Amino acid sequence: MEIPFRLNGEDVTATTDDPTATLLDWLRGRHGLTGTKEGCNEGDCGACSVIVTGADGAPRALNACILFLPQLAGRAVRTVEGLAEPDGTLHPVQQAMVDLHGSQCGFCTPGFVTTMAAAHARGDTDDADQIAGNLCRCTGYAPILRAARAARDAPVPDLMHEPALPASPVRGSDHFHPQSGDELAEWYAAHPDATLVAGATDVGLWVTKQFRPLGRLAFLAGCDDLRGVTVAEDAIEIGAMCDMETLRHAIAPHFPAFAELLRRYGSVQVRNAATIGGNIANGSPIGDSPPPLIALGATLHLRRADDRRSMPLEDFFLDYGKQDRAPGEFVERVTIPRQPDTLRCHKLSKRFDQDISAVCGAFNLPLVDGRFATPRVAFGGMAGTPKRAPSAEVALAGQAPSADTFRRAAEALAQDFEPLTDMRASADYRMRAAQGMLLRLAYDGDDTVAHDLIGVRA
Amino acid sequence: MSVAKPLPHESARLHVTGTARYTDDIPAPAGCLHLAFGLSEVAHGTLDALDVSAVRAAPGVVAVLTAEDLDPMPDCSPSLHDEPLLCTGEIHYAGQPLYLVVADSHLAARRAARLHRAEVTERDPVLTIEQALAAEAWFDGGPRVWVDGDVDAALTAAPHRLSGQIEMGGQEHFYLEGQAALALPSEAGEMHVLTSTQHPTEIQHKVADALGLPMHAVRSEVRRMGGGFGGKESQGNALAVACAVAARLTGRACRMRYDRDDDFVVTGKRHDFRIAYDVGHDDRGRVLAVTFRHWTRCGWSQDLSLPVADRAMLHADNAYDIPVMRIESWRLRTNTQSATAFRGFGGPQGMLGIERVMDHVAHAVGRDPLEVRRLNFYADARDASKGGRTHYGQQVTDFCLNAMVGKLAETCDYDARRKAIADWNAANPLLKRGIALTPVKFGISFTLTHLNQAGALVHVYADGSIHLNHGGTEMGQGLHSKVVQVAADRFGCDVARVKITATDTGKVPNTSATAASSGADLNGMAVKAACDTIRARMADHLAAIHQADPADVVFAEDAVRVAGAEYPFEKAAAMAYVARVPLSSTGFYATPDISWDREAGQGRPFFYFAYGAACSEVVIDRLTGENRILRTDILHDAGASLNPALDMGQVEGGFVQGAGWLTTEELVWDHAGRLRTHAPSTYKIPCASDVPPVFNVTLWDDPNREETIYRSKAVGEPPFMHGISVFLALSDAVTACGEGYPALDAPATAERVLGAVHRLE
Repeated sequence: MEIPFRLNGEDVTATTDDPTATLLDWLRGRHGLTGTKEGCNEGDCGACSVIVTGADGAPRALNACILFLPQLAGRAVRTVEGLAEPDGTLHPVQQAMVDLHGSQCGFCTPGFVTTMAAAHARGDTDDADQIAGNLCRCTGYAPILRAARAARDAPVPDLMHEPALPASPVRGSDHFHPQSGDELAEWYAAHPDATLVAGATDVGLWVTKQFRPLGRLAFLAGCDDLRGVTVAEDAIEIGAMCDMETLRHAIAPHFPAFAELLRRYGSVQVRNAATIGGNIANGSPIGDSPPPLIALGATLHLRRADDRRSMPLEDFFLDYGKQDRAPGEFVERVTIPRQPDTLRCHKLSKRFDQDISAVCGAFNLPLVDGRFATPRVAFGGMAGTPKRAPSAEVALAGQAPSADTFRRAAEALAQDFEPLTDMRASADYRMRAAQGMLLRLAYDGDDTVAHDLIGVRA
Repeated sequence: MSVAKPLPHESARLHVTGTARYTDDIPAPAGCLHLAFGLSEVAHGTLDALDVSAVRAAPGVVAVLTAEDLDPMPDCSPSLHDEPLLCTGEIHYAGQPLYLVVADSHLAARRAARLHRAEVTERDPVLTIEQALAAEAWFDGGPRVWVDGDVDAALTAAPHRLSGQIEMGGQEHFYLEGQAALALPSEAGEMHVLTSTQHPTEIQHKVADALGLPMHAVRSEVRRMGGGFGGKESQGNALAVACAVAARLTGRACRMRYDRDDDFVVTGKRHDFRIAYDVGHDDRGRVLAVTFRHWTRCGWSQDLSLPVADRAMLHADNAYDIPVMRIESWRLRTNTQSATAFRGFGGPQGMLGIERVMDHVAHAVGRDPLEVRRLNFYADARDASKGGRTHYGQQVTDFCLNAMVGKLAETCDYDARRKAIADWNAANPLLKRGIALTPVKFGISFTLTHLNQAGALVHVYADGSIHLNHGGTEMGQGLHSKVVQVAADRFGCDVARVKITATDTGKVPNTSATAASSGADLNGMAVKAACDTIRARMADHLAAIHQADPADVVFAEDAVRVAGAEYPFEKAAAMAYVARVPLSSTGFYATPDISWDREAGQGRPFFYFAYGAACSEVVIDRLTGENRILRTDILHDAGASLNPALDMGQVEGGFVQGAGWLTTEELVWDHAGRLRTHAPSTYKIPCASDVPPVFNVTLWDDPNREETIYRSKAVGEPPFMHGISVFLALSDAVTACGEGYPALDAPATAERVLGAVHRLE
């Protein structure tokens, strides 16, 4: 197949027989651009970061190691080699990295530079979060953060403004490249054994690490009608193809705790690629979006051909690796009922940022006349699926918030879950920490004590 | 003067433009083949049969080499001859290479390397310290024991006794550039090998050995590594040997890089340790005697474990003048990856042992741990008459931590903050803060004395440009930058005149590994010697022309001045060339005044010590164990720094890496001996948001008392141990949650912190 896109300002066409050939391998092998590095080949270290600009003109950092070439059709890619001006003048981020000693071994540096250049172009100044998905083993990050700060006010070079490409579909493909949800619905019903590729942050690893045969593929990058977030009077509707970064910004005014959870869900690169539909549909017990969505009473909307059905999100997760999804059926959208914000989330992971949860707790405890009327408590990482905690909810229902109430709920939690031990945490710790999450809610709203690790200053 | 300036890294511009080449970026000749190992999934057993027919039949596969194809089997060990390239029947760990795939692409090789069928008679793996002791599985013939004084008598006589134990995990290097090699077959069976290695001569030696060639027939080269940290001291041998063997067999260039998961599963890591202690002390916390017992899991082969375990013993005193000490060190053989060199080389583990003791003693006597530490310090050098002799017999003649720690405690406002933290903790039930100020004294020199040597080769061309090579390798630490600064200073010229090219065994022979923080100390001196030889020849020539004294010829400001005349440097070089003055020289350096009797555990193994101190403040969540570093202040001794910017980089980066070792970096093996944390998705090195929001690093600018290169000090490893301040600050925060001593183990994951909190509640 032929995939037309723009590379460092020039129109190129990638030709490949392999629909899961990654941009990283193509750049390094076929195109001789070895500035983009392979650090982990699973989207976790950022050494392969490139800048991708779509029709909206907004440059985004993405991990090239889990970015399949067909996802790039009609997009503009800029690699580290394409950041300096033709006369050799460095991009302000590059110059700051030189001046402030931001590179040591230099291997991670191209990924940092591209990620920082994308953030610089967008005007994002939350530097530590912007580069949290770029691992560096030499510098301890301090000089890189200094460089990001120093480059902040420099003008954005013109080359960062990529003009939109004319419509550039993939040509000569045996796979499917739908341009709308309707096209996808019709085709997928006829090809129910196909694999859907949205952001490829999970499917990418099936390819790069597991060598799993995927059969026929549908690349959903063109389904823009499945992307949006709509805030209506009674519900917030999120299209399945909505990426986590877009969702994070859209949801922040309504449920800030959800937005903060999504910040920690993954790196900028992963948030830019990963979709809410994928995070739900893959049924992972440790996906971070289901617990808060379940706590908010979200409804999942599935579609097969022209048949649509809906269900409470928690009912979708039947068992470990088993979801209530028929062949040819796909997640179309998810809706959250509008409600006053009482959501609290607690993500527990070995590393604070950019780590998969050991336990993810979401607590939606609205008060009616000073008592919990309809408590909804959901956890990830405590069972084979994301799951509500019925006993804990019963212990909370009808009670006024107090240390005793939460202690009883924490005790009840032991009836709700039998967590597993794995490399992230022991079963015992998972239970005790999950109980701790409930106990700490007793202090919610008490401004006289510190609750939040992030808020503490030396 | 080019030294002492904060010049950028010599490759910085190449780094930020993506044009710095690493081993896997080097264009290979047409027809280059790619390799991958097929790995054992079993940790211990006998390989009864290996069926690789499906591997051979896989698309793109050119050849498959098994143990039967290699006779004699090449060895990859840096010490004993105990690391066959491929399994020869006995399976020693999960991840051991069983066979080698040669294919036309990296992906084809990786895909094929999963298609074998192995028939294995499995045996119970030896994984834990208890299992290894029960199986009498150890290296070095049993425990190594050093005794300094009558410890039983001293413990009995001590007013107070306490004992305890600390476990500390290993650490994956996680160099961002994985292991990689490229072998180019040359004429007459010769081999040119390009490897991401800290030890080009070792690669040359192992490849020559594998091919049955003299060393002169193998050229080993490395321009730069994408990080090393000790993980490329010996762990690159297998790739280079595999590439060379396959290149000889096929007559084609062969290259290999480990996928990240394979890199985790195949290669060695930092040694994990358990350290038990029995301490005698007085009412004030003065430590009178200590017995340490060290147990470390060395993995399946010896690799560098003996010197690593030795260095742990050598740092069992850290900064403390302990009158009587006994150390017993067990080097256990386990069915895991062969633990190897990692920044600090055992020093951090030994040091954490004594820092735990100080912390524990302080808790026992109810005093601030910093007071107890200071009470036990060696005397500063100006008071050397008061003593200061380590448990291995070396006089400590350059101690400066009394002054440094006093300075740091003052600038970081230690006393006031400790008080403020106590008040804050009293008012906050959910979160607790903690603080700790810890010192570092780290011995500089290879303990294997003959490694303390280096060579260099310097050319001055007729156009005044200077090309040099030395035996050290560049892995990001800025060694080449510092060496360029030295050379430019010797010639009084601009650094832009000086180029360093790839480290190459054909240029400088018999190199030591770039390790033990020694790179600039050794190679800087060797380069200085070579430059001074050439400079003297140029001076002699110009002095003769001007009938002046060669001693009066001045090399400065990119020019040479003699008897009132001034020549641009390139003019001086051209004149020397035309006059047939040799403008090329080698240089050599051997560290003076060191001696070490490993058997007796006595001598002066270290030329000098590097010092530093760090103060960290943390906050923990007592209900989940989660934690953050809030602030870190470091004062570090780099001597008269050759390049303060690079040295600051080593201090900041070393600290964060050390903090990672002791907090989030957890290696988990399952009961079958399989490493479950084998990628960045499960093994968590620090990321940008883990850096302390307040992070103050200052260099203690005081020339080395020993005559090192421009009186600088080695700075690669010592800052790593500043991470101990974070660990003990976490322990301090836990003490605010209840009664008793937390006895926190490392890494202090949220889970371990919560466990310690629960023990105290």
